[in-house]
Amino acid sequence: MSVHLSDAQKKELAEIAKRIVRDGRGILAADESSGTIGKRFDTIGVENVEENRRQYRSLLMSCDQSVKDSIGGVILYHETLYQKDDSGKLLRDFLKERGIAVGIKVDKGVVKLMGTKDETTTQGLDGLGERCAQYKADGCDFAKWRCVLKITDSTPSQLAIDENANVLARYASICQMNGIVPIVEPEILPDGNHTLEKCQEVTEKVVAACYKALSDHHVYLEGTLLKPNMVTAGHDCPTKYTPEQVAMATLTALRRTVPPAMPGVTFLSGGQSETSATQHLNAINAADVLRPWALTFSYGRALQASVLKAWKGKAGNVAAAQKVLLHRAKMNRLAAQGKYNTSMEGSGSADNQSLHVANHQY
Amino acid sequence: MATKLTDEVKAHLRDVCARIVAPGHGILAADESTGTMGKRFDQIKVENIEENRRSYRQLLMSCDKSMANSIGGVILFHETLYQKDDNGTQLRDLLKEKGIVIGIKVDKGVVKLLGTKDETTTQGLDQLGDRCSQYRKDGCEFAKWRCVLKISDSTPSQLAIMENANVLARYASICQQNDIVPIVEPEILPDGDHTIERCQEVTEKVLAAVYKALNDHNVYLEGTLLKPNMVTGGQSCSTKYTPEQVALATVTALRRTVPSAMPGVTFLSGGQSETDATSNLDAINRIDLLRPWKLSFSYGRALQASVLKAWQGKAENVAHAQKVFLRRAKMNSLACLGKYESAMEAAESGDAHSLFVANHQY
Repeated sequence: MSVHLSDAQKKELAEIAKRIVRDGRGILAADESSGTIGKRFDTIGVENVEENRRQYRSLLMSCDQSVKDSIGGVILYHETLYQKDDSGKLLRDFLKERGIAVGIKVDKGVVKLMGTKDETTTQGLDGLGERCAQYKADGCDFAKWRCVLKITDSTPSQLAIDENANVLARYASICQMNGIVPIVEPEILPDGNHTLEKCQEVTEKVVAACYKALSDHHVYLEGTLLKPNMVTAGHDCPTKYTPEQVAMATLTALRRTVPPAMPGVTFLSGGQSETSATQHLNAINAADVLRPWALTFSYGRALQASVLKAWKGKAGNVAAAQKVLLHRAKMNRLAAQGKYNTSMEGSGSADNQSLHVANHQY
Repeated sequence: MATKLTDEVKAHLRDVCARIVAPGHGILAADESTGTMGKRFDQIKVENIEENRRSYRQLLMSCDKSMANSIGGVILFHETLYQKDDNGTQLRDLLKEKGIVIGIKVDKGVVKLLGTKDETTTQGLDQLGDRCSQYRKDGCEFAKWRCVLKISDSTPSQLAIMENANVLARYASICQQNDIVPIVEPEILPDGDHTIERCQEVTEKVLAAVYKALNDHNVYLEGTLLKPNMVTGGQSCSTKYTPEQVALATVTALRRTVPSAMPGVTFLSGGQSETDATSNLDAINRIDLLRPWKLSFSYGRALQASVLKAWQGKAENVAHAQKVFLRRAKMNSLACLGKYESAMEAAESGDAHSLFVANHQY
């Protein structure tokens, strides 16, 4: 007796994944944990209470219908999945009626690995099957799980690479058994002064390990998405690289490690400014090299920084803040098609400041 | 100090691959060991002595220059690399003047793995670097190394998969350090009554292990080629599969495991009849799925069976036998482009008999 995905289950997973990244659409990562959203609120002087989180997420979800042309999926935090707007409407229903896939962050944060230089794995596998089944019943079609690796002279270690790849594969396997498309996120932090070349080397090792683990765990690749870092130099590296250099390093690393059967790469922004994140995504999609998967965005900070600034916690600012989000989403959709130009930013309040947070934990 | 490939070597390796799998081009695998050549000669009652082997290889190498329209590379056995034609011209120079890339078989055959069900690994790593260096001086630009796996209820075992993947990666690494393109051949034999689904499952596991090993050993994927089996039912499977089914299973397995940075897949024919090998390759090149690598041939028996029959060891048959060869090469060239039609066979004696040899060893 064996446990298998049926053809119907495979078809559903593949269709969900394809839909999320079709025609340049990407993902709004709005799954900041309560602690992390607090850091965002601090920057605009808003108190981190549930009511404010509800107001903010209502702002994001209830944007004009046209948002569906740019956003294929939104990742939510558990709390948000069950919150309602002022009129009592579930926030997730706004997404549903716009045909936007609802995603859910399912990991439970990082824990340290003994014997390492503060390296981590990610927990959250206990009861994950039952949680996924419930999330599926509540309208979620995809999930996200973030692992974290860091570049130094001695890291990431083989243990960190292997352990994180394995836990990502376990998570992916459990999701698929419950009709949920797993987004696999092996983030290599931009912290450090390493070169672009070093980041590319490490990214290739990490992503290769991920796909071996996914194969070992019999994960159906066509029903997954990948959320990697772009290949960039470390934040403190004195050399500055162009978007074209970032694009080539990123594409080379992925072409060497990500099988063509996987439908979409949804990059994390990892502290890049809003406009950098868009420029880099555009360069990736404009590069003259064969790209067998969609290459799009799954941005948190790089979609929301200006939105938060425009909102400042005030009801009177909601409409303006939503316009900012629509603009940012549209710019990234164009970038995902290689059609973006910085002149399109116009007077939109795109944030040029780096959004880097050292040793970022969500 | 790191052992690295220079940009110059990388460029050369890429260029060799591009020439071998240029559109409409594939490989003639003429690297039968002395023992194996004997089996071929038995069928046409030709004595297995060096002179006959020389005459036969001369027949192949001295075809007219139209050979280079279909054949991008030829794999030779060590003996052949140093043989001359009747006029004293090196056989390898006959290839060189046609612009055909010269390859060399470098493995030293299979040996059994203790504790397994007659599973094997392949030997030949000792002094391989020195041998490659010499072969390079003698005009070889690519090499071939064959590993063998077999499907049964309990095989291939994890050991067999892991050990063969590892030895292939060591071989590949050594080749590249000597500016030679490694063709990586993890053949899964067609022996058995298993279904096409089972073959696909095994092929995916084996290839995933191979590409993980290549990554672990820092092999430059853009400077390698892959020589896998097509995904088919076992030789004694009661179900017969169409070329379209073979194509779908094969391309799906490759899409799930082979990074798009790898430039070309040159299928082995593994005992398929000449016309089946061509039909299947054609179907593979017509299938409506994104195929980021070239999909071509590296055929031994499926290019030579009719040639041997036409030759019968007789000098007066050489011209006709060469015509037979050029025609078979042309059919496969068309198949690489998805432009083959079985009706094209009508005029000639394409060999429809299966060329299956149980438990094939070269």
